[in-house]
Amino acid sequence: MKFGQPSTLPRWAQLSVLPLLNLLAALAITGLVVWLIGEDPWECLKLLVGGAFGYGEGIGYTLFYTTGYIFTGLSVAAAFHAGLFNIGGEGQVYIAGLGVSLACYAFDSFMPAVFMVPLTIMASMLFGAAWAFMPGYLQAKRGSHIVVTTIMFNYIAAALMGYLFNRVLMEKGGTNTATRAFAEASWMPSMQQMGGWLGLTLPNTPLNASLFIALICCVLFWLVVWHSKWGFELRTVGTNEQAARFAGMNVSKVVIVAMCFAGALAGLAAVNEILGSTHRMNMTFTNGIGFVGIAVALMGRNHPVGIVLSALLFGALTQGGLDLSLDKPNITREMIIFIQGLIILFCGALENLFEPFIAPLFKRKP
Amino acid sequence: MAEIAIELTGIDKRFGDVHANRNVSLTIYQGSIHGIIGENGAGKSTLMSILYGYYQADSGHIQVRQQPVHIRNSHDAIRLGIGMVHQHFMLVDNFSVLENIVLGAEGGFTLKSGLDAARIHLKQLNQDYGLEVDPDAIVGQLGVGLQQRVEILKALYRGAEVLILDEPTAVLTPQEADHLFRILRALRDQGKTVVIITHKLREVIDVTDRVTVMRAGEVVGNVMTADVDKEDLADLMVGRKVNLQVEKSTRTPGEVLLDVRHVSLKDKRGVELLKDINLQVRAGEIVGIAGVSGNGQSELLEVLAGMLPASEGEMLFKGEDLFRLKGHRPKPSILREKGVAHIPEDRSREGLVKTFSVFENSILGYHHDRDIQKGWLYNRTALIEKAKRFIQQFDIRPTNPLLRAGQLSGGNQQKVVLAREIDSNPDVLLVGQPTRGVDIGAIELIHKQLVKLRDEGKAILLVSVELDEILALSDRILVMAGGRITGEVPAHEATATGLGCLMGGVQS
Repeated sequence: MKFGQPSTLPRWAQLSVLPLLNLLAALAITGLVVWLIGEDPWECLKLLVGGAFGYGEGIGYTLFYTTGYIFTGLSVAAAFHAGLFNIGGEGQVYIAGLGVSLACYAFDSFMPAVFMVPLTIMASMLFGAAWAFMPGYLQAKRGSHIVVTTIMFNYIAAALMGYLFNRVLMEKGGTNTATRAFAEASWMPSMQQMGGWLGLTLPNTPLNASLFIALICCVLFWLVVWHSKWGFELRTVGTNEQAARFAGMNVSKVVIVAMCFAGALAGLAAVNEILGSTHRMNMTFTNGIGFVGIAVALMGRNHPVGIVLSALLFGALTQGGLDLSLDKPNITREMIIFIQGLIILFCGALENLFEPFIAPLFKRKP
Repeated sequence: MAEIAIELTGIDKRFGDVHANRNVSLTIYQGSIHGIIGENGAGKSTLMSILYGYYQADSGHIQVRQQPVHIRNSHDAIRLGIGMVHQHFMLVDNFSVLENIVLGAEGGFTLKSGLDAARIHLKQLNQDYGLEVDPDAIVGQLGVGLQQRVEILKALYRGAEVLILDEPTAVLTPQEADHLFRILRALRDQGKTVVIITHKLREVIDVTDRVTVMRAGEVVGNVMTADVDKEDLADLMVGRKVNLQVEKSTRTPGEVLLDVRHVSLKDKRGVELLKDINLQVRAGEIVGIAGVSGNGQSELLEVLAGMLPASEGEMLFKGEDLFRLKGHRPKPSILREKGVAHIPEDRSREGLVKTFSVFENSILGYHHDRDIQKGWLYNRTALIEKAKRFIQQFDIRPTNPLLRAGQLSGGNQQKVVLAREIDSNPDVLLVGQPTRGVDIGAIELIHKQLVKLRDEGKAILLVSVELDEILALSDRILVMAGGRITGEVPAHEATATGLGCLMGGVQS
């Protein structure tokens, strides 16, 4: 197999068989490591899957994590279609959290939920977009590489938020690095609550209406990227900048708007975390969600369907992994990160590793 | 009968659905110049890549000097005395000629010992074959013709007995091409074997001893060059009668549609790429710009198409200065609205997005048109209808508008660009290298279309490095050298040699 040679696999096999094989390979190596530290791989796998999907609460948590990953995954994919590698999801979520909190500080004492929810959603998107705008602007007008600037903006966001938490946001006399609790008007309706409206009894989990927003975003993403003028410009700039100029597109503008689009999508993850779950902003609420988004987009091949599936995988790993580490003290949280790393390695970097081996199976008879 | 240098038997190669080589057998004799011709996608390059070890054949055998061999990579090929000169040179621009030549074959532990040995060897090679290359020149500062000779030297230095050249004259002036042919003949006379891959029939007739014609992955003819003429070869390549002449009625041009005045262009370092360009194109007229590539024609086209901002000058279109519509730089989108369409020189880099489908490429640059929108989304049916109309009008193959543009052959890609650009019914057409890398069948169609547009009263500015094309299509010919227009010749008085002198003479 030489680089650049057209793939000999049919498209459906490229999209299903290869990712599955990659996933299995990652799991196999994990199993080996688990066995080496003296645990039973099969039992651990059962605990992991059982923790993620085996009971109502588990499923709720899995889907809650999935929701966040869909947002950051879409964010990375949006930028990627414009040829930009947005590493800055983490910082964008963080700053979006600030936007959500400020909106709550300002209005949650008197505004009803009907206005509060849309307002906080807008605030998260606006702040996320604003934080992504600057790297986008620097890339488009000054040629500063987006990877470098978005990483730097993550650090700037972390430093800024650290300062704000310690000096401004922390409750007076409190020891918790978090804001005050926000009024109920700003809460996203939880799944348990919404189930109640329909007469269903659902377990108490942080899963909330953000999941539906995430799914709507997936559909909109698909429409915008593949079926609108602006998406056409986005993809053209991303694949062939010269052709974009030829077609009269304003490349800098597309780059900047693409980054804002990406930032706004990432920002929505803050709504899921803050208004869906904790109802206050904790200093560590982002917890690597922006970085997992990179893996989600990579594995989901920047397509909403793929992103939903891979977000579900990473959501299940996060939830099942937490359960597993409670049951098996030998298997720490780091182990779960190790598995995630292996999946990224196999699905991203070694994407076509197995292609030459399975290609003969699909070869048409001459 | 001379000895057999290389024998290929029953070579078969597939890439997925594409059957690139079907049971190809070929004999190349030592001490001869062997041409391999065929349309784009006929499988010439694949065949040579197999011989040079880039690809492995699915089945078939290779014999070098009557010994069966397995060529797994280019190292094997070099060891067997096979050298390749690529269409795109593989040189390090800021290294000297000598350094480039020893690259990868430095010999010795220290660089100096290798370089010294190479210098002596190189002097000998230079003398033997009349290559005339200065070993200490920096490669980036050499002209294309000389860079190509460095590539040839590289192959010879590695002991090549068989030299494969892929489209060697694509970037050369007629004079440079002649020099190359002299070198190739010298190589042959010293017993080397030369294989050239080309689609230019004239060269094949001029320089080769034997010709293999390929079509759709198969060998359709093996002939002695002396026994055939251009028309025979063209018919063999395409598989039907081809009309190489463009039929064109005489026509009196109408009003001046495009009037370019005192246009100049400086790059960042202040080097003048265009110097005081003045030209006019009238309705119903094709004005051809001839010149060796890199003498400002590309820049002129880019400036007029709004891709590069002119430093000075005016571009009057129906009396209106398009350079000063909005500030100093005309945007391609505004030019299109006004009625100036552009078929770019570099189809795959500018005119198309290869990973996009044909129907998406049919709206590139016209993606704001109202008739393809439905609300804020595209009307996909209308898009596909549009692409289907192009496919039908221009005989684009395969006929599936959902295929990616990169899956089409060069000729069909060009038809997509042409269809798109003339669909908006522009008054002025800026055309760059319309048939570069395009197969003969498509060339015929593209030429006919251009003449038809001229007859409909469009003003066409044609930039091409193919002199034959300029001569066949133009009503007036301008010659560019060193960023200036150095001569104007009415088409009926022009000859290839005359233009060649203008192109090269003034430049030096």
